[in-house]
Amino acid sequence: MIVFERPNALTDRDTHYCPGCTHGIIHRLVAEVIDELEIEGQTVGVAPVGCAVMAYDYFACDMVEAAHGRAPAVATGIKRANPDNVVFTYQGDGDLASIGTAETVHAAARGENITVIFVNNAIYGMTGGQMAPTSLPGQITETSPYGRSPAVCGYPLRICEMLATLDGPEYLARVSVHSVRAVRRAKKAVRRAFENQLTGRGFSLVEFLSSCPTNWGMTPQEALTWVESTMIPYYPLGVYKDRSVREAEEE
Amino acid sequence: MAEKVLMKGNEALAEAAIRAGCRHYFGYPITPQTEITAYMARRLPKCGGTFLQAESEIGAINMVYGAAAAGRRAMTSSSSPGISLKSEGLSYLAGADLPALVVNVQRGGPGLGGIQPSQSDYFQATRAPGHGDFHMIVLAPASVQEMAELTTKGFHLADKYRMTCMILADGTVGQMMEPVELPVHTDEEPDRPWAVTGTRMNRPHHIINSLYLSPEKLEEMNFARYARYDTIREKEPLWEEFHMEDAEICLVAFGIAARVAKAAIQQARSEGIRAGLIRPITLWPFPEKALMRAAEQCLAFLSVELNMGQMIDDIRLATDCRRTVSLLRHAGGVIPTPAEVLERIRQIAGGAQT
Repeated sequence: MIVFERPNALTDRDTHYCPGCTHGIIHRLVAEVIDELEIEGQTVGVAPVGCAVMAYDYFACDMVEAAHGRAPAVATGIKRANPDNVVFTYQGDGDLASIGTAETVHAAARGENITVIFVNNAIYGMTGGQMAPTSLPGQITETSPYGRSPAVCGYPLRICEMLATLDGPEYLARVSVHSVRAVRRAKKAVRRAFENQLTGRGFSLVEFLSSCPTNWGMTPQEALTWVESTMIPYYPLGVYKDRSVREAEEE
Repeated sequence: MAEKVLMKGNEALAEAAIRAGCRHYFGYPITPQTEITAYMARRLPKCGGTFLQAESEIGAINMVYGAAAAGRRAMTSSSSPGISLKSEGLSYLAGADLPALVVNVQRGGPGLGGIQPSQSDYFQATRAPGHGDFHMIVLAPASVQEMAELTTKGFHLADKYRMTCMILADGTVGQMMEPVELPVHTDEEPDRPWAVTGTRMNRPHHIINSLYLSPEKLEEMNFARYARYDTIREKEPLWEEFHMEDAEICLVAFGIAARVAKAAIQQARSEGIRAGLIRPITLWPFPEKALMRAAEQCLAFLSVELNMGQMIDDIRLATDCRRTVSLLRHAGGVIPTPAEVLERIRQIAGGAQT
């Protein structure tokens, strides 16, 4: 009996991700949800610029590669062109929270009926470890070699909290994959984010706290510990907006 | 012949786009093209289409990228400063070989410039619309009628060659009103077997992409694209000739500048000066053969441009610098009068006769 195998929504390509990077887990969770909802044939994914740029080779559904930060706008065009498609973006922190802030905020404000998978590892991975909009105060990176100084470069963006101030989004959740328990919770959030699109409820974003052992200069285990000990206190896990719960409470 | 209606150039263009089957418009307000955006906002929801005012020109061109990837006829429009913002998207559209229509109703620059008519984005449109090796097909309307007709043609060419077609208009043809015979509705829906519409679990997944990390593969993609460009250069140049049959002085002008040139040529002819006009309608591909033929017949060329002298380079290249090419230029929204052009024609005629 097979108890664990590759989800159908992933291709059999080997990924280029570094050992210990949690992109692989996040890809898998998205693919498992696509399988369970039986939507692979109608799904179109939008890949970012950054570590996940080649996600188009890994997801088995139709894929579009977007310019840096523009995935929510590209996804808007795809979804408006063919509303029957399930459209998701898969974006890192530099892509979604820095160069693509406008596209992110306005897709959310429009309540665009898309699903956004946001991978926050507090660093630019693909270009070799530069400061991200989500790098923590004091965090050492290639472009903050003495530690991120809020006096010089300001403070990190908390995307879920920011977007929760808008009326447009349907569902905003921050999850992590640093433990088995966290992975299970994360999958539920991904499933909600896709189900919301299928029922036409609108913009749903799941922010993953993700590890980058290579650019953090840690072992994979140390990196997962750092997510728990250092990232989660700054980026608390939880559901930041869920319109369906609020509606249920109001009834 | 169908009935003519009186319309603004921008509105005729927008109506022609809808009649060409475009149901997906993404835009952002900027003078002097905003009538296109407003027209689409009024009309598209009434005919089953999507109008979306994007957060920026960058957002709009990327929405076009998405809708084009999804296999739809999609367009955006803007004016000069906004087109600079779209540069990134134009490059990605080219790299991914997606068809799209992009309209630039030009105003003066650089920077915020002004809002009066200009042709100062000629270099940008024909040379370097964005980073990387690529071209767009560039169509230059000179009347409200052509705003409509070239829009129809633009969508057709974009689909035929899987690339961006730009309507390079100017504030004058965008804003002025003229009688126009609108094109008939078409339900031409080109086959787009590459589109991302979902695999439906019965084909391999499609990937719309411009990333090739292998130098050999990336070079191969560029060569393939340029092979298509060679076909376009051969088959698609369009131009109008006006009094060229016996011309000794050849004016070259496009868009609104060509209409001023025509008025001047008629007056010159009444004075016995044999002047004619070549009006490029496709700016890329440039009608090189027409210019080369003219170089055999005409003694001198005069480029009339609403910029500091951009198309003149293409005239010199097309004619191999075999004849003197002079320039009558205005910038910032200043448009020459026929009298000013006539005076230059007289000067050239005087020089040519001595």
